[in-house]
Amino acid sequence: MDGQDLLLPLLTKLNALAGGIFLISAFGLVGIRQMLTCLRIYVFQSLLLAISAVILGYYHASIHLFVVAALTIVTKVFLIPWVLRQAVGYESYAKREISQVINIPTSLLLAVAIAILSYYIASPLLTAMGAGVFEKVNLPIGMASLLIGAYTVTVRGEAVPQLLGILAMENGAFFAGISIASNLPLIAELAFAFYVLITVLVIGLLAMRIHKMIAKTAVGEMMALREE
Amino acid sequence: MELIYILLLSIFAAALSLLPVGRRFAPAVTLLATLAVFLLSLRVALATTEGGALTAVRDYLSCDSFGALILVLIAFVGLTAAIFSWGYIATTVEATDDRKVRRYYSRFNLFLFSMLAVPIFSQLALVWIAVELTTLLSVFLVSFESTPQALEAAWKYAVLTCMGASLALLGILLLCWGLSLSSQAAFTWEGLISASPQMPPALLYTAFFFILIGFGTKAGLAPLHTWLPDAHSQAPSPICAILSGIETTAVLYCIMRLLPMFQGSAASYVRMWFVIFGLISAGVAAFLLIQAKDYKRLFAFSTVEHMGIILVAAGLGGYAAHFGAMLQIVSHAVTKSFCFFAAGATLMATGTRNIAAIRGLIRISPLAGIFLMVGGLGIAGAPPFAVFLSEFSILKAGIMNGQYLVIGLLALFIVVAFFGIMYQINRMVFGSPDILLIDERTEQTLFGRSIIPGRNILPVTCIIALIVTIVPVILFGIYLPEQLYQLIHHAASSLGSK
Repeated sequence: MDGQDLLLPLLTKLNALAGGIFLISAFGLVGIRQMLTCLRIYVFQSLLLAISAVILGYYHASIHLFVVAALTIVTKVFLIPWVLRQAVGYESYAKREISQVINIPTSLLLAVAIAILSYYIASPLLTAMGAGVFEKVNLPIGMASLLIGAYTVTVRGEAVPQLLGILAMENGAFFAGISIASNLPLIAELAFAFYVLITVLVIGLLAMRIHKMIAKTAVGEMMALREE
Repeated sequence: MELIYILLLSIFAAALSLLPVGRRFAPAVTLLATLAVFLLSLRVALATTEGGALTAVRDYLSCDSFGALILVLIAFVGLTAAIFSWGYIATTVEATDDRKVRRYYSRFNLFLFSMLAVPIFSQLALVWIAVELTTLLSVFLVSFESTPQALEAAWKYAVLTCMGASLALLGILLLCWGLSLSSQAAFTWEGLISASPQMPPALLYTAFFFILIGFGTKAGLAPLHTWLPDAHSQAPSPICAILSGIETTAVLYCIMRLLPMFQGSAASYVRMWFVIFGLISAGVAAFLLIQAKDYKRLFAFSTVEHMGIILVAAGLGGYAAHFGAMLQIVSHAVTKSFCFFAAGATLMATGTRNIAAIRGLIRISPLAGIFLMVGGLGIAGAPPFAVFLSEFSILKAGIMNGQYLVIGLLALFIVVAFFGIMYQINRMVFGSPDILLIDERTEQTLFGRSIIPGRNILPVTCIIALIVTIVPVILFGIYLPEQLYQLIHHAASSLGSK
């Protein structure tokens, strides 16, 4: 136990660092127009999720969290960019998004507001549950990333950033999940990884079909179905 | 064991449907599989009419009365949709395109698999995945007709519901966190109910709101319902029947399952939010119904309205209201799927989805006209149909509880929706026979033409599906079989606080 006590401050700081960069990358997905950069940010964010899972897994001596880290790296760092490239086609996302519903400075300000809001939502939970140091970092940051992801989906008009927004939401939920729900059964972890892959495949293929049909992926401009 | 067979059968049928042996093979396999699934789920339901639960794998696969009720409804709608698909797909897909037919049935079976998994899984994390799979496996069914509108609908459907799902995921993970406080409870619905007294209220409320909003998006609760009329109107009619009739209800089932976790004053707080969300959904949908220009959209809005009614009934509290909610789930599932079958028949007879373009349907295609009229009356809640009985029992339960304001508003919305639906359906069914071809973008009449009566003969399987579905639509308005009554009774009492 002594070794653990000495290690704890270091692990806490490393985890907080990963969490901080994780949150910043969520902002990146809101603010960056270049779609390829968005994809890279997402991959980087997933890597941070895996790092945090390794830190927590080491501290709790939990094989589950190491499995989560391994699954995250395999699916989100390697498979998802590959699947997306296969499904959507390079030309669809190697470009810039021109129009956004809300311009980028305003978007970033709103994202900051959302991050503060999620601290307000999370703090009573942390007190009520008597949370440890890791939960105090992971839960609010995960929740913030989740809500900022939801906001990204709403304001971005292109198919790929919308999909990345959904995936960032998922990352946020998992970032909170590795600290608070480490007792999930292994089959659920496997199913989650599988599920994320199917999401990318289905939505990616759909984006490709839309691209074939209307020769662009500006899904925000599709307005045929609405109430007059 | 039945539970495992049900899941395996639908996967097996999905794989078999892909085999390239003749155009009739895939529909036949699907029909047989759905029939077998329906019979098996009846067995499950009969085993749970006493109030117990049927367990196949402890903590993973089990089914209690509420689950069995949903399971039977899914299997019933799946069976009738498979019958209806036979004729519908045979007439709408070109005779040369066998691959498209096979893909349709394969996806149909996979979609059914994911829906059947929702009530069968008892591990919450897996339930969440099953709910999500229902979206992902039905996306390409929504976009099946490959028109720009269908793709747009599929995109909105996939993106909005996946977004909701991620919110619900955090809620479920929070519940899992709360569960770690109690000693050794499994992460199942029962485990949560037994562990919930130890969880801090702040955690329960936060998890509840994340799940209510997240799954509420998928169930089509206003104001996050915007994808629903698009997806439920653009998909092929048998798929619409499943989506509208039972998929939304299966998700609502997950939300309603949270109710017994709350005790005392927390329960009344949560029920208040049920009532608020339910009333908003019912109200928004009732007024949007009036201006619908597409009859499939009309029925889709009616689904939003009914989801609202069920949620209000669940939120009213007390056994009578919960009984009404369960009854409404049953009557809505059978009636709404019937409505979409009738809408599909109308589409086959006229070739347009535009309400303003159709006049005198009853002379153009008497069968489609009669069925559409019955469907309209049934879903609007006219006596003696099933929806009338269930809505009446909800209103009565609310008045007995003394919640006059809620009941007043709910009754108002039901009446508005009634007139909204009947006005549109009346215009379509009666009058001189005419189909106006209207350009959908400019809404200008290109030319009108009269249809020769008798030309529009519906495929036999479509008629069979409609007749099979009309039986419970009428029967449940007059008489509830004893076993079904017991099932609803136990499901309703499982919603109350323990």
